[in-house]
Amino acid sequence: MPKVTVDGVELEVPAGATVLQACELAGKEIPRFCYHERLSIAGNCRMCLVEVKPGPPKPQASCALPAGEGQEIRTDSEMVKKAREGVMEFLLINHPLDCPICDQGGECDLQDQAMAYGRGATRYEENKRAVTEKYMGPLIKTVMTRCIHCTRCVRFSEEVAGVDEIGALYRGENMQITTYLEHAAKHEMSANVIDLCPVGALTSRPYAFEARPWELKKTLSVDVSDACGSNIRVDSRGREVLRILPRVNDDVNEEWISDKARYQVDGLTRRRLDRVWIRKNGKLAAASWDEAFDAIAKVNAGESIAAVAGDQLDCETMYAAKKLLSAKSSSLLEGRQTGMDYDTSNLAAVNFNSTFAGIELADAILIVGSHVRWEAPLVNVRLRKAVKNGARVFLVGPEWETTFGGEFLGEDLSVLGDLPSHVTDAMKAAERPAIIVGGGAIAKGAIPRALALAEELGVVKEDWNGFNVLHLAAARMGGLMLGFAQKGGLADIVAAKPKVLLSLGADDVDYGQFADSLKVYVGHHGDNGAHAADIILPAAAYTEKAGTYVNTEGRVQFAEKAVFAPGDAREDWTILRALADALDVEVGFDTFEELRAAMIAEVPALGVEGLADYGALPAADKDAKASGAIAYPIKDFYLTNAIARASATMQRCSAELLHGEDLAEAAE
Amino acid sequence: MADRHLEPDTPELRARWGGFAFTPEWEAKARAAIARYPEGRQRSAVMALLDFAQRQIGEETSTQGWLPIPVIEYIADYLDMPVIRVLEVATFYTMYNLVPVGKFHVQVCGTTPCMLRGSDDLMDACYKRGMTKGHTTDDGLWTLTEVECMGNCATAPMVQINDDNYEDLTADRLDTVLDALARGEQPKAGTQEPGRHTSEPLGGPTTLKEMVTENHDYRGEW
Repeated sequence: MPKVTVDGVELEVPAGATVLQACELAGKEIPRFCYHERLSIAGNCRMCLVEVKPGPPKPQASCALPAGEGQEIRTDSEMVKKAREGVMEFLLINHPLDCPICDQGGECDLQDQAMAYGRGATRYEENKRAVTEKYMGPLIKTVMTRCIHCTRCVRFSEEVAGVDEIGALYRGENMQITTYLEHAAKHEMSANVIDLCPVGALTSRPYAFEARPWELKKTLSVDVSDACGSNIRVDSRGREVLRILPRVNDDVNEEWISDKARYQVDGLTRRRLDRVWIRKNGKLAAASWDEAFDAIAKVNAGESIAAVAGDQLDCETMYAAKKLLSAKSSSLLEGRQTGMDYDTSNLAAVNFNSTFAGIELADAILIVGSHVRWEAPLVNVRLRKAVKNGARVFLVGPEWETTFGGEFLGEDLSVLGDLPSHVTDAMKAAERPAIIVGGGAIAKGAIPRALALAEELGVVKEDWNGFNVLHLAAARMGGLMLGFAQKGGLADIVAAKPKVLLSLGADDVDYGQFADSLKVYVGHHGDNGAHAADIILPAAAYTEKAGTYVNTEGRVQFAEKAVFAPGDAREDWTILRALADALDVEVGFDTFEELRAAMIAEVPALGVEGLADYGALPAADKDAKASGAIAYPIKDFYLTNAIARASATMQRCSAELLHGEDLAEAAE
Repeated sequence: MADRHLEPDTPELRARWGGFAFTPEWEAKARAAIARYPEGRQRSAVMALLDFAQRQIGEETSTQGWLPIPVIEYIADYLDMPVIRVLEVATFYTMYNLVPVGKFHVQVCGTTPCMLRGSDDLMDACYKRGMTKGHTTDDGLWTLTEVECMGNCATAPMVQINDDNYEDLTADRLDTVLDALARGEQPKAGTQEPGRHTSEPLGGPTTLKEMVTENHDYRGEW
């Protein structure tokens, strides 16, 4: 723990800290462009110069200088001020003065730091350098003349994303950042370079020229495009969500989000259900809320009413539906739309127990039936970190392009019954072994076998539970906590032949099974669910309602409402509350607060932000078997939910990045 | 170096160079270069391999060789590294030609010491022969490039042609060298100043004279 003095204040800093970190600990702001906490140190922008004694009598780049015992650091001296002005002047030599037409304006590091640390006026009168634009795909817009060569994007794609595709060509003044031969950046996290870019060189293509940051209302929310529960900030203007940015949460998404989480927003304004529809003579006809409620009441379902929850639901909606059904003495609740019927009596057995931050520390990982890059891009980032720290990864399932190496053991689940000895040896020898069971394996009923394997390989130790189930649906863990599960899965609901089927945004159900039921779709997009519905009640998407979400780790998180739902659409719980009146039953809440209070009273864990405690793993059935070829549930990363399917950006990503279609702009 | 650019990746380029592979002779050198580094660190040999590839192409085309995109991809594949990393190296160093060059690559140093000693005259001498900067003459013989300091300031001005340096040039001396090359002869490399061997001072030492005969200790005289 070296002791250093920053501007006359003595403080102790952790061993291995840099001078920049020491200054930050002392509360001093150090301007920087290339330095980023989550990337390797490059030390090439020189903006973080400080004066350090002992040392050469010149300013030092603090980001790359280790803090040492007895250092005297000055961030406020004349030398430092001049050094910063000098560096800023050089950076601005070739940076265009186009802030008024630059999308980064208002949230630009260079702009802010030029104001804070630069000279008042320019002395430069020569011509500026110009650089041709580079095509980086449908998500990243480039204005490379603005680039200041910090190389954050290069380091991100190499270190975090694990896909070497961005590089710095040529050198000196001619240096240019580009993808290889201007191919589109092809990975699931590519748009994070937009956030990393400290200037306006890489900006968001779908959001180009949409808004200025100071016009936007910022709302804290949680992403529902996968089960990671990434923390996001929803930026909206008026009634429209314009963009989504990641929030920092080291436990969940660090400060990245997947491209789908970021860019499915334009789907929120397309294919929306904004009025009530009733199917008459096979065709949907516009109707009023009263007509719809009357039609539902007229069926006189009694207790023959079931609810199927969609993948993006908040806990409040599910709880409201549960209360409505229990008021009708029905418990036909299910959330696993595709018919999975794994045992949910102990939620620890279907939870990501090691946590995302914990999986980084694992030293041997067995992934069973999970295309992690597509199912949970943020977990993939963690796995890459684990491998960098020396972890060995084994995968069961069809091969996919991992970003962390790993050994594929076979496509069939039967491999689990007879693991090669080097795998079992590695797992048994590991200090923190982990098993990740993904969507492909859950669907084949592999959880009991995985539990047995967990016991055989000893993945549960003191202070370490390496048994992980990686879900795909943002609503899954919340739904299971609220009891949205039948013993036999969806088949039980089908067998019960409900007179009324409440479909709460469930777009993946095979509605052919419910031919005799009155299908009431409460949801926000005109997708598969709405196509099959008899009555459509327009509801709110995740940005349009406050809600509680539980991610695949069992982490309870709260999201706030950013905008109002369009047209006649209402927040889901109010629809269910009104439906209770129509069905003439009492559900016991009239406001959202009452609903939430009732929910927390019933499931206390949902009231506490953070990891829910599910207790220990259940005893494993040693004879459990699993077999069958694994098929990954996600066929197209960019089109996994109703919002993404409605999004023009996601459709374009799918066409161009996954199906290799040449689009007009790509050929420019 | 200002005009460096990549030869566009066209179907014709792919057709011409897509099948590139090291000949056994260069392959052996490539293996030897890789063997200099620990196992798993084969990427360190990227610069040597790019040079070998360029030289092999030079032999095939009887020019100084260059690096088409498919060849850069071949090297990346050979070393199991991302192609963008190879491309970064190839574009960084001016010794790698990114576009085809002629039989003789005339690289005239234009940095300050050479310029003060008359590199402009050397440039003019080249222009007179029909060379233009960054281009190859129509007969495929000459490619002219202006380069930055080659580290021969003591014998400025200098020109590097292929693998040899020609120093202490004047326009006439450069003409002699170029004529000899065009005739297929190999002129003496190094300084062109009569009586000078390498970069020693002309007319004997002017400083540290005592050091010529003995290991003189100057410390008392400071």
